[in-house]
Amino acid sequence: MNLDSKIPEGPLESKWSSHKFNMKLVNPANRRKYHVIVVGSGLAGGAAAASLAEQGYNVSCFCYQDSPRRAHSIAAQGGINAAKNYQNDGDSVKRLFYDTVKGGDYRAREANVYRLAEVSSDIIDQCVAQGVPFAREYGGYLANRSFGGAQVSRTFYARGQTGQQLLLGAYAALSKQIGLGKVKMYNRHEMLDVVKVDGHAKGIIVRNMISGEISKHAGDCVVLATGGYGNVFFLSTNAQGCNVTAAYRAHKRGAGFANPCYTQIHPTCIPVHGDQQSKLTLMSESLRNDGRVWAPKDKETAKHIREGKLNANDVPEDARDYFLERKYPSFGNLAPRDISSRAAKEVCDDGRGIATTGLGVFLDFRDAIARDGKHAIEERYGNLFEMYECITGDNPYETPMMIFPAVHYTMGGLWVDYNLESTIPGMFVGGEANFSDHGANRLGASALMQGLADGYFVLPYTVGNYLGEQGVAAAGQVTTDHPAFAEVEADVKGRIDKLMSINGTESPRSFHKRLGNIVWEKCGMARSKAGLEEAIQEIQALKKEFWENVRVVGDADSLNPELERAGRVADFLEFGELMCRDALMREESCGGHFRVEHQTDDGEAKRDDENFTFAGVWEYKGDETVPALHKEPLIYENVKLVTRSYK
Amino acid sequence: MNLTLRVWRQKNRLDVGKFVEYKLENISEDSSFLEMLDILSEQLVEGGHEPVAFDHDCREGICGMCSMTINGVPHGPEGGITACQLHMRHFHDGQIITIEPWRAKPFPVIKDLVVDRTAMDKIIQAGGFITGRAGSAVDANAMPIDKQTADYAMDAAACIGCGACVAACPNASAMLFTAAKVAHMNSLPQGKAEKNRRSLAMVTTMDGEGFGGCTNIGECEAACPKGIPLDMIAQLNRDYALAQVKNFFQPVL
Repeated sequence: MNLDSKIPEGPLESKWSSHKFNMKLVNPANRRKYHVIVVGSGLAGGAAAASLAEQGYNVSCFCYQDSPRRAHSIAAQGGINAAKNYQNDGDSVKRLFYDTVKGGDYRAREANVYRLAEVSSDIIDQCVAQGVPFAREYGGYLANRSFGGAQVSRTFYARGQTGQQLLLGAYAALSKQIGLGKVKMYNRHEMLDVVKVDGHAKGIIVRNMISGEISKHAGDCVVLATGGYGNVFFLSTNAQGCNVTAAYRAHKRGAGFANPCYTQIHPTCIPVHGDQQSKLTLMSESLRNDGRVWAPKDKETAKHIREGKLNANDVPEDARDYFLERKYPSFGNLAPRDISSRAAKEVCDDGRGIATTGLGVFLDFRDAIARDGKHAIEERYGNLFEMYECITGDNPYETPMMIFPAVHYTMGGLWVDYNLESTIPGMFVGGEANFSDHGANRLGASALMQGLADGYFVLPYTVGNYLGEQGVAAAGQVTTDHPAFAEVEADVKGRIDKLMSINGTESPRSFHKRLGNIVWEKCGMARSKAGLEEAIQEIQALKKEFWENVRVVGDADSLNPELERAGRVADFLEFGELMCRDALMREESCGGHFRVEHQTDDGEAKRDDENFTFAGVWEYKGDETVPALHKEPLIYENVKLVTRSYK
Repeated sequence: MNLTLRVWRQKNRLDVGKFVEYKLENISEDSSFLEMLDILSEQLVEGGHEPVAFDHDCREGICGMCSMTINGVPHGPEGGITACQLHMRHFHDGQIITIEPWRAKPFPVIKDLVVDRTAMDKIIQAGGFITGRAGSAVDANAMPIDKQTADYAMDAAACIGCGACVAACPNASAMLFTAAKVAHMNSLPQGKAEKNRRSLAMVTTMDGEGFGGCTNIGECEAACPKGIPLDMIAQLNRDYALAQVKNFFQPVL
């Protein structure tokens, strides 16, 4: 597997600009001869599809939802980072770069992160030009707030729905191109495989989710922007439909999968209420600007709160442990996500957790309301407070919120080079689906930044470069008549037939839940060698059981949510094993990956830079064969690797 | 709690469809409405029956995918939330709950509770955008926008495109949806250049897609999970009238 990262020569600051200069261009008249396939319509996919169409390429865009506006980017609440330094508080491209590399626990590629920081300002400009209604100050200029892992205010936001507003911006641009006929949009279509011709990605096989029809689509290249794999855990903050199928199918066709063990557990989610639960809801990290995280100092008090005998407001100040402020005085409640989540877990493991399950801590606004007034807090977080009340029935203005960590984002993904091209030539990967920019932990408000950076400002250049290199004579030469399409289509149909014919006794949802339990317990917030080895065995057994006993009701040629889920769970089962293998291989703790064997005396993650400063990239070797590990060494020329401290 | 559900079952677009009754037991009051439907689905699958098809995705009230009328009210009786945000604590033991798809001519039923809302996308494609090609933007702070205007645009932009307004309207009008999008963009300085074209194109497309006219009933505002106010329709009518006059002298469409 060739892992040439293609990082341009030269100093960090000029890598992207010189690379842009050196890239091949396609002249405007020739662009209309090319056809680009984009899978996914979120921030990365929607922005890429719109931008490529604006440049003149013909684009086909696919999404599984009923409209491109519904991609899960929409659910991001808090904001988007950019190194604008509008607050005059010492921000710069270099600082955003540095914070992101440090936040990622030194497991991201320097050049990619620098480019991300560099284009961050352009993203804000672009979004404002599209009419994204970012929050403003009375003077009419843009407002900012702070987010975890940073000591400057660089986060732009649109109430508690920044993701929706940014996505609507991309969706509007995409819609315009659909209206003009430059983009052909395929709603309610799910990608089930990728087609390679002479080693290059030249098309995909999709299923029309309404008619069940399987169809072949050819293009000059393929862009995957299909999101993350957090739903492997069953319970996560992801939308119900989020899945790993597109990425995993590409992996099985030769795309390396990098760092699957890097999963982000977000500290501020609403605790689990019981076994009927289908998803977890995130409360924006921005709440930690004003909310103080605490748990009772002693177990007895916690027990009384759990049993409903004691109201949180009646716990005196000296009986409260503001554990983030205590452990990380300089970042306090805004310590990064991985660190805050682990701290909450520690407290609960210690028997001091609250909520009926004992799996929760408080996020308390009492002091902020006393300081700034209820109105000010309402202005900042009104809709989040409403959302909390709607779900839990508690009023957070009066009683502290209860929160607990939940799976939220996945830093791992398909391996890509500096051009965002995977190990399959002609297959580009953007947004959460790739592995590139966040290392082992993502900072808050950086996912929106990365999705849009990839979609608006990176892919439109690098895709053009690839097409230019292929030459205009190659444009549109591969059609779905090529035998490779029929072969892959037959595979896809065979797999669906198999799922439909097993006729077992257990629903796909039940298998999904069981898989989720295994990976959450053994490959969640704390991982051990023994646990991971067990998990691999258990997942293999579960996979075997699935293929013998799954029951898919309904038929394959109509809308069938059971069949959709069965296909996704089948991929999650294989992927879950890969995730555990990666976690087992990585004998260190870094970012979202915490191995209990590798911790400092005070329970902090202990990296092993000497042996693990690399991206672990897995190559698929067959269903019954252990995947092969390849390593892309991470070279730090500008940042010194130090122990990450937020104390 | 134990419940009786009357759920609309319809095999496909051409099927006539009917209500089917189901009994459910031991539903936790902390469960969400859609989790209750998940349990129904599992129960049906166990018996070898097809589960009820319904649209849903984010389950936190922002993607706009969920779309069902609960006891006669789009998104259910609570108001100000989507069906996925509705919790079972708002129902009582022994209650009969009727669940239907959005009912509107431009939203044909695909299956059970799933409807086709592409007509709304077409309205946006006609003019629901501010043209700003990637790479052409000026500095974001180059144009200060007073907070009031920005807040108004944000109020309008809060629309999640779920279609509850259409489902609630006896005329199946999409005026609130269209008005919200037009208000968001027409009110911002960036959106002024395309204002007249946008107002005309979106309203024309809306009519062409088969949505009914607005007769100021106000059901849309009551059903809207995001609180889009009726005033925005008044604003749209003004913008549209003005655009028609301008279009007469200087055609933009």
